[in-house]
Amino acid sequence: MKNRSLVSIDDLSTDEVLIILDHAAEFEKNPVQKLLEGKVVATLFFEPSTRTRLSFESAINRLGGKIVGFSDAGVSSVSKGETLHDTIRMVSSYSDLIVMRHPVEGSARYASEISSVPVINAGDGANQHPTQTLLDMYSIRKTQGTLDNLNIFMVGDLKYGRTVHSLMMAMSRWNTTFNFISPEELKMPEEYKLYLENLGLKYYEHLDFTDIISKADIIYMTRVQKERFSDPIEYEKVKNVYVLKNSMLFNTKPNMRILHPLPRVNEIHTDVDTNPKAYYFEQALNGVYTRQAILCSLLGIK
Amino acid sequence: MKEPKQLSVSAIQNGTVIDHIPAKNLFKVIQILGLDHIDTQITFGTNLESKKLGRKAIIKISDKFFEDADINRIALVAPDAKLNIIRDYEVVEKKVVEVPDTIVGIARCMNPKCITNFETVTTRFRVVSKKNVSLKCHYCEKITNQENMQII
Repeated sequence: MKNRSLVSIDDLSTDEVLIILDHAAEFEKNPVQKLLEGKVVATLFFEPSTRTRLSFESAINRLGGKIVGFSDAGVSSVSKGETLHDTIRMVSSYSDLIVMRHPVEGSARYASEISSVPVINAGDGANQHPTQTLLDMYSIRKTQGTLDNLNIFMVGDLKYGRTVHSLMMAMSRWNTTFNFISPEELKMPEEYKLYLENLGLKYYEHLDFTDIISKADIIYMTRVQKERFSDPIEYEKVKNVYVLKNSMLFNTKPNMRILHPLPRVNEIHTDVDTNPKAYYFEQALNGVYTRQAILCSLLGIK
Repeated sequence: MKEPKQLSVSAIQNGTVIDHIPAKNLFKVIQILGLDHIDTQITFGTNLESKKLGRKAIIKISDKFFEDADINRIALVAPDAKLNIIRDYEVVEKKVVEVPDTIVGIARCMNPKCITNFETVTTRFRVVSKKNVSLKCHYCEKITNQENMQII
């Protein structure tokens, strides 16, 4: 993977995904390894994303690397009208690797073609966010002991949710059964369902999940946002259907874990937080180990 | 009575004739093939009657022969185009265009949030369907289908 960029999860072969997850497990055992000593990593956040940025910066710091960059395009030369092309040309000569988040779709692929150093896509609009997908997979493998033959429930906004689309595509390599639980207006798009059908994978769609929750190995929650609905009455009707409460977890499998890309608003009731099946905060911590592994792989260090 | 002066498009001795171009896309074909920058003799006719296309255009280019990869670039705007390769006034070869696997710099990505619509980036697509042409953007990964396709 040395000197390659990570723009989309599809850029990685199955073996490469597994190598990154194995390395992430090593970083979990021993998080402070000064493998990036003397390296400069640029974190370019053209739109704010506090959690993703802090997770990357924490990973870089634990590896002993130095950080240059900005956390808001308003304070960079972008506000003076500089093109992405010129920003990347300049920054790639200042740094050994670029981590970039940008609101425009395809900006990361474009940056990777201009840059002389590897680019990690930390989110390009509604398109891709591969490090989120890898940390989700790390969390799934860690809690289930395997990626094979799992039953994954995806809940909430399955139409616009970038994280669920990428995770679905990635997990389709491991004979996963999917249950999609969403309001009518926010169903999984046809193109993704067609993708699963072509692979011969099973998926089921539901409007609520109370009856079937006992089958889940993983429940992946996402936020149902009011502004996604054309009719506000529709939102009012469904807003409480996709809220996970502790009382609903009574009959769930012992190995079942709840994931959420965060930030959470109200879709997981706080009474779930103390349940041992709640895994979303550990999942966020796994993001640091996973990103340590990704940084080192692309720099050819490990 | 004097015969009216007639200017006929004469047959070419050597070169390529591209027939069955939809009339409305004639200038796009000229642009895609860069015919506005070559210095051999070119004649074209447009708004000619065609049973198949309604109105078609035809281009005759002297002393110019195209590689298949070049000619396939016009597939998006002239999918039914037929080429006659002429040598010494004789048709020595006929070719049809084929939709290529990748399209570079011809079509616009229909996603308004795509980087190619923000900066001067050469568009690049993978052809995911050749029958009803649909293109997957190399950058934003969104699909542009035939009815939304715009030629740059």
